[in-house]
Amino acid sequence: MQGDIVQTVQSVPLNQLILLSLCIFAIGVLGVLVRRNAIIVFMSVELMLNAVNLLLTSFSVSFGDSAGQIFVFFIMAVAAAEVAIGLAIIVMIYRNTNSIDIDILNKLKG
Amino acid sequence: MNLNLLCLHAKRIISALMIQYLFYFLAFVAIFSALKVVLTKNHIYSILFLILTFFTLTAIYILMLNAQFIGIVNIIVYAGAIMVLFLYTVMFSNWNRSTDTLKSKYMLWSGMIAAGILLVTLVAALRVMEFSRPMIITQLDLGMVKNLGKVLFRDFMLPFEVISILFLSAMVGAVLIAKKDTN
Repeated sequence: MQGDIVQTVQSVPLNQLILLSLCIFAIGVLGVLVRRNAIIVFMSVELMLNAVNLLLTSFSVSFGDSAGQIFVFFIMAVAAAEVAIGLAIIVMIYRNTNSIDIDILNKLKG
Repeated sequence: MNLNLLCLHAKRIISALMIQYLFYFLAFVAIFSALKVVLTKNHIYSILFLILTFFTLTAIYILMLNAQFIGIVNIIVYAGAIMVLFLYTVMFSNWNRSTDTLKSKYMLWSGMIAAGILLVTLVAALRVMEFSRPMIITQLDLGMVKNLGKVLFRDFMLPFEVISILFLSAMVGAVLIAKKDTN
């Protein structure tokens, strides 16, 4: 259908894409380790999931296999469910302890 | 298909070198805003920088990887649904003045060293591979809705149905958890 328009597209090297996703993943790990605010820890987890999505899409496009992009779709669906549950849990923690500091949660008392 | 043709025309105009420089710019913005997400004190600003990160990743999906479906779904799910959830939760719960949100100096430095060691290890593992040539995308319809829909509903039918059950249970669970106790 495309005919004579264009058959191939030159893009960036694969290892630069991998490097970008590794940097974003490491920043997400840094956020989980450093921050005490539960919301920001949660957003760092989202950053790590996005880094994995970028990596899967890059490999999928590079090797010409569309299963990787389907995996990205499933990861996004699971991330949406996880955010809904996690924010509900954080709201309940805030109601019970009046704080979203995760260092308070080291006591597992009811 | 119109979006595909439009992107292809845009890519013929923009040369390969321009794509490379555009990728450097987008990668810089993505890493900078991801760092701002982690290190900003105010969590409203943090959420807004997270939205910026998602938009730059969407631009990389569409411009560099020719994956239009993933790009659009990334905007709809992350920048739409998940960010709205975060913003509504923060704004309704009135957490505007949380105390110091960084851990102590000791924990801060040990966390930075740990994340840095992780990054160095992964980059060292990356250097073994030889992927430094510019990627030539030959299957241009790989990331289109038509192709991905065929793969999704032919090869991944059962996981797709299981995901819907997961969504239902997550929705019921979120409502149950966040409901106020009446007794």
